[in-house]
Amino acid sequence: MKEVKLFHGPNHPGMHGNFSVHLTVDGDTVKKAKPNPGMLHRGFEKLMERRLWLNNIALIPRVCVPEPDLNEAVYSMAVEKIQNLEIPERAKYIRVLMMELARISVHMMSIGGIGGPTGVYTAPNWALADRDLILDIFEKITGHRVYHMYIVPGGVRQDIDEKTFRFIENTIRDIEKRLKDYKEIIFESPIIHKRLKGTAPLTKEQALNWGVTGPGLRSTGEKYDVRKQFPYFVYDKLDFDIPVADKSDAFTRLYLKYLEVKQSIKIIKQVINKIPKGKVRLKLTGTALKWKIKKGEAYGKVESSRGEFGYYVVSDGGRSPYRVQVRGASYPQGLYGIEAGLPETRLEDVAIWLDTMGVCAPEIDR
Amino acid sequence: MKEPKANFFSPFKGIKYMVKKPVTIRVPKETREAAGRYRGFHTNDWEDCIGCGTCADICPTDAINMEKVPEYDSPEGEKDERPVIDYGRCCFCGFCIDICTTGSLKMSKDYIYINENPDTFLYIPEEQGINKNFPEEGYQRNEITDLLDLERISMRHVKSSKRKDSFLEYVKGFSKEEAKREASRCVECGICTDRCPAHMDIPEYINSIWDDDLKEGTKWLYETNPLPNVCGRVCTHKCEEVCAISHRGEPIAIRWLKRYIVDNTPEKDYEEVVLSNVSKKSKGSIGIVGAGPSGLTAAYYLRTLGYNVDIYEEKEYAGGVMRYGIPKYRLPDKALDKDIKFIKKIGVNIITNTRVGKDIEFSDLENKYDAVYISTGFMEPRYLKIEGSDHKDVIAAMDFLPKVRDFARNEGKIPDVYKKIVVIGGGDVAYDVGRSAARIQMIKYGKIDVTLTALENYEDLPASEDEIIEGREEGLEMYPSSGPVKILIEKNKIKGLKTAECISLFDDNGNFKPELNHDNTTFHKGTQVYISIGQAPNYDYLPENLKEKLNFVGPKIETDENGQTNIDWLFAGGDIVNGPDIINGVADGHNSAKGIDKLLNNNQ
Repeated sequence: MKEVKLFHGPNHPGMHGNFSVHLTVDGDTVKKAKPNPGMLHRGFEKLMERRLWLNNIALIPRVCVPEPDLNEAVYSMAVEKIQNLEIPERAKYIRVLMMELARISVHMMSIGGIGGPTGVYTAPNWALADRDLILDIFEKITGHRVYHMYIVPGGVRQDIDEKTFRFIENTIRDIEKRLKDYKEIIFESPIIHKRLKGTAPLTKEQALNWGVTGPGLRSTGEKYDVRKQFPYFVYDKLDFDIPVADKSDAFTRLYLKYLEVKQSIKIIKQVINKIPKGKVRLKLTGTALKWKIKKGEAYGKVESSRGEFGYYVVSDGGRSPYRVQVRGASYPQGLYGIEAGLPETRLEDVAIWLDTMGVCAPEIDR
Repeated sequence: MKEPKANFFSPFKGIKYMVKKPVTIRVPKETREAAGRYRGFHTNDWEDCIGCGTCADICPTDAINMEKVPEYDSPEGEKDERPVIDYGRCCFCGFCIDICTTGSLKMSKDYIYINENPDTFLYIPEEQGINKNFPEEGYQRNEITDLLDLERISMRHVKSSKRKDSFLEYVKGFSKEEAKREASRCVECGICTDRCPAHMDIPEYINSIWDDDLKEGTKWLYETNPLPNVCGRVCTHKCEEVCAISHRGEPIAIRWLKRYIVDNTPEKDYEEVVLSNVSKKSKGSIGIVGAGPSGLTAAYYLRTLGYNVDIYEEKEYAGGVMRYGIPKYRLPDKALDKDIKFIKKIGVNIITNTRVGKDIEFSDLENKYDAVYISTGFMEPRYLKIEGSDHKDVIAAMDFLPKVRDFARNEGKIPDVYKKIVVIGGGDVAYDVGRSAARIQMIKYGKIDVTLTALENYEDLPASEDEIIEGREEGLEMYPSSGPVKILIEKNKIKGLKTAECISLFDDNGNFKPELNHDNTTFHKGTQVYISIGQAPNYDYLPENLKEKLNFVGPKIETDENGQTNIDWLFAGGDIVNGPDIINGVADGHNSAKGIDKLLNNNQ
């Protein structure tokens, strides 16, 4: 049969973000797939080189739109490593709190996101409403809902008061109560089972060869999580599990995210109980306009909702970074994975593949 | 992981949500209030805003621009600009709020703005907010979020107990670490540059300290001031009074940073910078009368422009008030010598021990030079006319201070200061007199007894704060709001000074006319009275025909903006034009040098 070229991009309801794939299909089967990034390209890495150390905090949340906090955290982490800055304990707890809240919000979005490719529109309606509850928390803590610009080199920008902690507790409890409904409506739904089970499989070998991390790798049975393997902030003081699956398909990958939400809630509860009193920020010398970071280079990495996420920062001792390299968590599956893994997928499953693999456009386009 | 099983009935459990309330709200019927820290549209209090532009500097998205306010004549310490925010670019990070030097820029909880005209999104923040509804304040700066460093690095001094019997310099100067930390507090707004009479490039040279490039710093200093060693120690630092940081914190120690640069630049680099400024082309020759701050500055810049310069100085050493007025503990000779050394090094000829009008006629200067610059300063004492003020133990500041300098330089005998003295005056010079006399008392008698009386009340004392504090530390007693009435003399010896309470200093028209309440008098015991109520010029060296042509305003000579007097070839500057202040002299010297160059170049 004749091969047809198809454009699978933001025009498709199952495609998240401004990213597209050029598909060559034979009938309903994909024969060739070529990722086509660039629609979101702003040159983040280059832009960072001419911005002040602090100013980058306002720029980098855009590297990952649904989970902006980890950009701030991982950038600050790298900067602190170069500067040999040991941030206050309370700031570390607050960072963990922010990152786990972010993880919940982005997993909610992923769970909701499955509604597009499968047509189960209850999922996005619910998940996005619950995500908004997390955004309410962010608004209370940082003053903004999506781009928080809250974690800065040296700690965090503002302290969190008791009232806000109670608010977080209540919100988290509400979400926890609703998780049972999610399971029933989404994960026990026969439609979801039919569409996701066995769809878009990923072998352990593939995952390791491509460099996939996060839920993708864990769904193949590999228990790899940066939080456990290379504990940062105070993750080594907190008790939580890493859910793994034995066989990776679209369903297990999505279900792992659901289980991770539960773990995040567990972490947040511990943080609220354990957080010590004290300072939340160390200041660098001088006004922010004159901040300088020692000469040196460092790699900061954290576990994002999609896997290992890192910033490699090089400083020449000046007021701006000399070079910053972003390791987007979905970079392996988003670029190489699409070319290597997408062929032989059926056309209607392409959206599911891209969604459950966690392809995040701005990370690839950074 | 245990996977959930598919269940046909499970999805129907969602039906219970049909009876629950929707999670959405109906905008605009319902409104949602923003959280307490919400970073919404900006407001700016124009009364407090000084237009420093720090918000524009920190803005990560270049959304803030400083624009000139039309027909606004900004007062000193304020720029005539205000921030304009482009809401097409703003990312509401709030860094502008965190770094605002005055705290005038704020963020409100307002987050909805609708307008069909896109130009209105270019918004000049005012107190009423973008929706003109005086919105509630949202995100607020606090000490954690603050992006300024408000605390000044304190200068190390020799303790008052150790310094009061010595004329050695007691300000120790910054170490490298301290200087860098102090320099890092600067926000580079440039309000100081506007205020400085010499318009020194303060942000630039402070920056060079932070960047560890002192040679660059010296370069910036010599752009506008060839006396950085002097000004780094005794400048009246008007710049610090207007420092943007001073609105919420302590101003940057600009003067001490200047001193740090000159004290720590390697001699080789220093020389290279100074010598590289000189243009080799000779265009003409200029005569300068008086080797004070202004004369030396004019000489330096004229020389760099290629002119041959001769300075005539009546005293043995060049320096004027810097050599014979300011006490050595504030300005040691070696600092002044360094500045003069480099001025001489570029080829300025200083002829000392030569008084114009006596050793050389003024008309000779007119014939010999293409232009003449006079900067003879206010070196004459001003006397007070009250009962008993003609007694021999009533001493004027400008008679006393040169003797102290001579003594401190080991070139004169110890001035005859009595055990108990009274100083009339509350300015820097009065403190110089008091503190110098105290040192001599300490050396002579081992005990300090100095009383100062000033017309002004304590808050308005003209002396700088440092002088007042350090004077107090050294044991000087200050009596503000005291107008001198009479010096009591018995058996030809002074017994003390009688003062009356000063009620007001100026009359209704703003003229200086102190009013005394003679019912409330105080008697200050003392056997010597020093008078430090200002200085005066001496124009004896000017020929009568010139004096007639010149325009005098009080004791000062009137010049145009180039320093040129009514006589084409005669320029004037320094105290005799702008009143006593070293930095004014420097400014006038530089200005006149440019003026002279303009004049001579046009003639050619």
